[in-house]
Formats: sequence, C-alpha cells, structure tokens
Amino acid sequence: MTVETKLPYDKSYVENYSVNQNEPAWMKELRLQALEQAEHLEMPKPDKTKINRWNFTRFKHGAEGETFSSLKELPAELEEFLDKDNAPENLLIQRNNSVAYSTLSKELRDKGVIFTDIFTALKEHGELVQRYYMKDAVSVDEHRLTALHAALMNGGIFVHVPKNVQIDVPIQTIFWQEDPEAALFNHVLVVAEENSSLTYVENYISQNQNEETVANIVTEVIAQDNAKISFGAVDNFASGTTVYNNRRGVAYRDATIDWALGQMNDGNTVSENITHLIGDNAVSNAKTVSVGRGKQIQNFTAKIVHFGKNSEGHILQHGVMKESATSIFNGIGKIEHGASKSNAEQESRVLMLSEKARGDANPILLIDEDDVTAGHAASVGRVDPLQLYYLMSRGISQAEAERLIIHGFLAPVVNQLPIESVKNQLTQVIERKVY
Amino acid sequence: MAGSTLEIKNLHVSIEGKEILKGVNLTIKGGEFHAVMGPNGTGKSTLASAIMGHPKYEITDGSVHLDGEDVLEMEVDERARAGLFLGMQYPSEISGVTTSDFLRSSINARREEGDEISLMKFIKEMDSVLDFLEIDKNMAQRYLNEGFSGGEKKRNEILQLMLLKPEIAILDEIDSGLDIDALKVVSKGINKLRDDNFGCLIITHYQRLLNYITPDHVHVMMQGRVVKSGGPELAQRLEAEGYDWIKEELGIEDETVGQNA
Ligand SMILES: Nc1ncnc2c1ncn2[C@@H]1O[C@H](COP(=O)(O)OP(=O)(O)OP(=O)(O)O)[C@@H](O)[C@H]1O
Ligand SMILES: [Mg+2]
Repeated sequence: MTVETKLPYDKSYVENYSVNQNEPAWMKELRLQALEQAEHLEMPKPDKTKINRWNFTRFKHGAEGETFSSLKELPAELEEFLDKDNAPENLLIQRNNSVAYSTLSKELRDKGVIFTDIFTALKEHGELVQRYYMKDAVSVDEHRLTALHAALMNGGIFVHVPKNVQIDVPIQTIFWQEDPEAALFNHVLVVAEENSSLTYVENYISQNQNEETVANIVTEVIAQDNAKISFGAVDNFASGTTVYNNRRGVAYRDATIDWALGQMNDGNTVSENITHLIGDNAVSNAKTVSVGRGKQIQNFTAKIVHFGKNSEGHILQHGVMKESATSIFNGIGKIEHGASKSNAEQESRVLMLSEKARGDANPILLIDEDDVTAGHAASVGRVDPLQLYYLMSRGISQAEAERLIIHGFLAPVVNQLPIESVKNQLTQVIERKVY
Repeated sequence: MAGSTLEIKNLHVSIEGKEILKGVNLTIKGGEFHAVMGPNGTGKSTLASAIMGHPKYEITDGSVHLDGEDVLEMEVDERARAGLFLGMQYPSEISGVTTSDFLRSSINARREEGDEISLMKFIKEMDSVLDFLEIDKNMAQRYLNEGFSGGEKKRNEILQLMLLKPEIAILDEIDSGLDIDALKVVSKGINKLRDDNFGCLIITHYQRLLNYITPDHVHVMMQGRVVKSGGPELAQRLEAEGYDWIKEELGIEDETVGQNA
C-alpha cells in the first residue's frame, strides 16, 4: 500500500480559514503555498518505524471551545494540571482551537513580554511573528507533515521576551483537545531576545480513546545571544490521537536551551526534539522521559547539532515500555566542521516491563571535527531482580517495589521539570500509565 | 513467651546447580545474640540469603520456620513482614529513590492501608535514629545507597534495622569497612535493640565487633555446615589462633564449600 495522498482540506477551505481568522496576507500566502507543497512532499521517515499506515488524514479541522471566566470553573480533567490555590500568574488555556483562559502578570506586561495565542499574535505582532515563523528553526518544506502543519495551523501561542528581560516566574500553557475528533495543528513560537531568560511549561491533553484524530505540532524555540530558555512539557494525548510532534531549538552565541519533556501520549507518536547550537558557547540539555503501553508505537528522536565552537550538548532519554508497546529512541549528537572544542554527550536507557514490549536505543554520533569530545551510553534492560529483592527484603510488596524502581528510573528527568505542579502531574501521569 | 524463634533444620542450598549449604542446623530465639564466623567462602552469606529468599539460591532440602510458620513458603516481602530482617553484605544501589522514601515505604508496608505513618511522625523517628547513629541528615535525601561509601552503606542498614524493629535480624558482615568510630556507633545501635523480643545472628570475621556486642553463642561454619558451636570464648580463641586448630580437630583440609569432609 502506498501513502494516502488525498488531502482532507482543499485550497478554498484553507483560504477561507485564513480570511476568517483575519490573518495577514503573508500568512495566507504561506498556508496556500504549504498546501501545494504538501501534495508533492514525502512523509517523514523516522528511523526504524513505519508510519505509512498511521492516521494522518482522518480528522476534523476546526472546533471552538467555551471560555472559563475563572479558574474555579475548571473541569476535573484539568484540575490536576494546576495548583488552583496557587494559580500561575502567567497562564493560557487553549480549549480546542480557542483561548479559554489567559492571564499575564502586570509586571511582565510592563516589561514588554508577549504571551498570547498565535492568532492574536498574528494580528497584533504580525511582523515579529513573521520574522521567526517557520524560518530559523523548522522549514515548511521539510516533509509532508511540516507542510500540512503550515497549511492547516489552527492553534498555538507566541511568547516573546524582549532584550535584557529576565523572567523569574514560569509561563504555562495548557492545550486541551476537549473535542474528541478535533485535530490540533498547534504552533508554539518562543523567542527570547538577547540577554533575556524565561521558563516555559506546556501540557497537551485529550481524552479521545475511541475517536481518531491527529495532532501535528511544531514548536520553535529561539534563544538569541546569551538568552536562556528552560522548556518543560508533558504530552498526554489519548490513544485515539496520532501525534507528530516537532520541537526544535536554535541557540545563538552563549545561549542555553534546556528541555525537560514528559512524552506520555497513549497513541502512535513520532516525537523529535532537535536543537541547533549555532553560536559559540551555546548549550543544550535535552532530557526526556517516555512511557509506552498497550499497543502503541512510538519513535523518539533527541538530537543536538553543534555549529558553534565550544558548544555543549547533553541528551538524556529514559523510557519505560510495558505490555506490547514498541519504541525507538534515537539519540543523535552531530558536530559540524568548525565546531571545535565542542562536547556531545548522550545517554539512552530503556526499561522493559514485559516480554512483549520492545524498546530500541540508537545512539549515533556524527562528528566532522577533530578537536572535540563526545560520548554515548545506551542500554535496554529489565528491572534488576537484586534491586527488587533488596526492597522486598524490607517488607515492600513486589508491585510497590517495582513502582519505586520505575519512578526512580524516571526521576532524573521528572525532577528537572521547572514547575512543581507540572512535576506532580507528570508523576501522576506516569503512575496512571505504568499501573 | 518472650520473642520469636527462628529454627533452621538440615538446610541444603544450591546456587546455579552447585551445592553450597550441606545441612545447616541453627535455632535463634528472642533475646539471644548468635555470632557466625568462618573463613571466606564457607557459606555464611549463603545461609543469610537463603533465609531471606534471595532469588538466586535454591533450597534443595531442610526447613526454616519462624514461630512454627514455614518461612520457605513465603515471598521475600512476607518474610520481612513476618519479622525477619537481613542487613546485607552488599546492599543494592537504587537510583532515583531517596533513602527517606524507601524507609517510609518499608514502614508503611508493615501497617494496614489507611493506617500509614504520618509524615511528621516518620520524620521525627527517622531524625532521632539518624542522630543516634551519627549519620548526616542529608543522607536521607540521597538516592538509596547510590554513591554511598562502604561504611555509609553499613550504617544505612543499621538505620533500617532500627526503624523497622524486626523480631529476628541477620547481619552479614555489618562491621566490614567500618572505621573504629563507626563500629562503636553501629554496635551501640544493635545493643540498643537488645531485649527479650529481639534475636540476632551476626556474621563477622572479627572479634573486635564482638568486643562491643557480646554474643551468647558462637558458631563456626566450614564446608557449608556449622562445624563447631560454643560461647563467647570460642570467638576469642579464633581471634588468637585462627581456624587451623578446628580444621585439625575435625580433620578438615580445605574448609571451602567445594570440598567434602
Ligand atoms: N553464583 C555462584 N556460582 C557459583 N558459586 C557461587 C556463586 N555464588 C556464590 N558461590 C560460592 O558459594 C560459596 C559460599 O559463598 P558465601 O558468599 O556464602 O561465602 P561466605 O562464607 O559468606 O564468604 P565471605 O566470608 O567471603 O563473605 C563460595 O565458594 C562462592 O564462590
Ligand atoms: Mg559473605
């Protein structure tokens, strides 16, 4: 069987969609061009995972969501994502394709920080968005899914931190796909200008176990010279959603981008997290945890590409596979010619909880420069019977002992999440997925 | 009746098809301290591990009972909840699990659901034992045994012993790797538990531990059996003269388990 080539939405649909959103002309143009490209471009080919039978074409494109007048109205599904008594000062909740709740502290507004949904950003900060939107990080024509994303983008946010502004409190977004059939073509654009810093955390949630749909997400994170971005995420789409998630960072001179990603989807997922260390002394620490269960198939890529001299990239991936879940973990450290004195380190660990689970760690180092250091470690294994024995010898049941060991195994990333409530929430999601 | 009784009868144990224990008989009662000594490789750790249920050891014959209950029928965690404790010669390292979380889970494992120890009470109890054993409080927040020095691991075993308060404890070379001060502190901990409701089997190579913890009975293992038993004076004689006189007395040439008498 070949790839289904027919696109579900045509030119006039996309044109109308853009007009209805009052988008600037360049955006409409970009969408239409992307749509055309999507027809000819190939699907991405994640290493060792066949995705040609996955559902990337059956979905409903637009769905509105009602707003919340206050956080007191939050439905139970969302409560665990927030500490209501200690609600974040900077929070945006997107419900289907609408903004349901949004707040940004006066202090940050006064400092010129932009934190708004992508459609408002296109209207109010069109030029700024245009400067970064699918330019420095992800290109429209990488493959069919990036093109489709550009054509059908129907949600997302824009965060912009001006020069020299340091943000101490985190900014949080929750993307809630309430409508079980609604597709999410979400675009997250985070830009930290020179000498600025921020912590951003996002959650993706849906509850569609029976209905099929698609999430096609592109996230672009730009750290200008000497900027520092700490990016945390918990992805938790339900089993009916096929996910393509592309998170890409670009770090310029002396900039840092740190990632802490909880990859907890229940459906088939391709998730790639790539950071380009463009400037000298740029740094990235990419930490991910994943849990696979049921029959889901997942392909994770964590990649750091070194262009700048003396740049530093560390990848740490931990995955737990249970039942008949299959996952490929690609860890790629790439050092380009000229990126001397750079260091590329990576570690991938997979813990298998059942006979039928499959996990594969692929460590890859691609080095085109002599004067560098690099290292990798990878392992796929089972719960150590001696560790179990030790814990059980203190009276702890086997189930509880396994629980402790698994949480311990995932702890290095979980502990890295920058918001306490999100950390707790990830712990709960792990708990749910593993038991 | 005071305390529990652990009764080991004619215990035979194999590992990977090789017989290591060849008929061990021992009874430990509440209130009694027993020391087990013996040259390297004579089956001391095997005895301890088999009683606790280490997955690698296979029991081929004999029995172990705790107050009449068949220990060998129990899972490892059930043995612990029945009142057994093993301070291990080589405790596992468990990354990502803090010592404190582990201790709390261990305590709660002995309690009914809904009757878990409160966090306040737990911290209070843990802190007082940490103080007693002169352990740095930071250790509780470190991952279990990960990167601990040899001596720290041993103190951590005694910390667990004191918090879990078992009926019968087996301590496998709890003194190895300890400096003099640590040895005193650890002994102080074990002695604190000494009462009619607590029985203890101490595996050691050295009299110096027994200077602090006086055993009621001393046993010598060779070739996978207890070959000699006596009072505290036996340990003193071993310290002074070594094992040769026992081997001579019993006609043993090679004391390790590979050999038969
Ligand atoms: N996996 C194994 N395969 C084969 N032999 C084993 C295995 N594990 C242990 N043994 C052997 O069993 C014997 C008893 O070992 P054990 O650890 O009980 O000795 P021990 O008396 O505690 O010695 P030590 O004083 O050195 O701690 C040794 O000869 C040891 O080599
Ligand atoms: Mg031993």
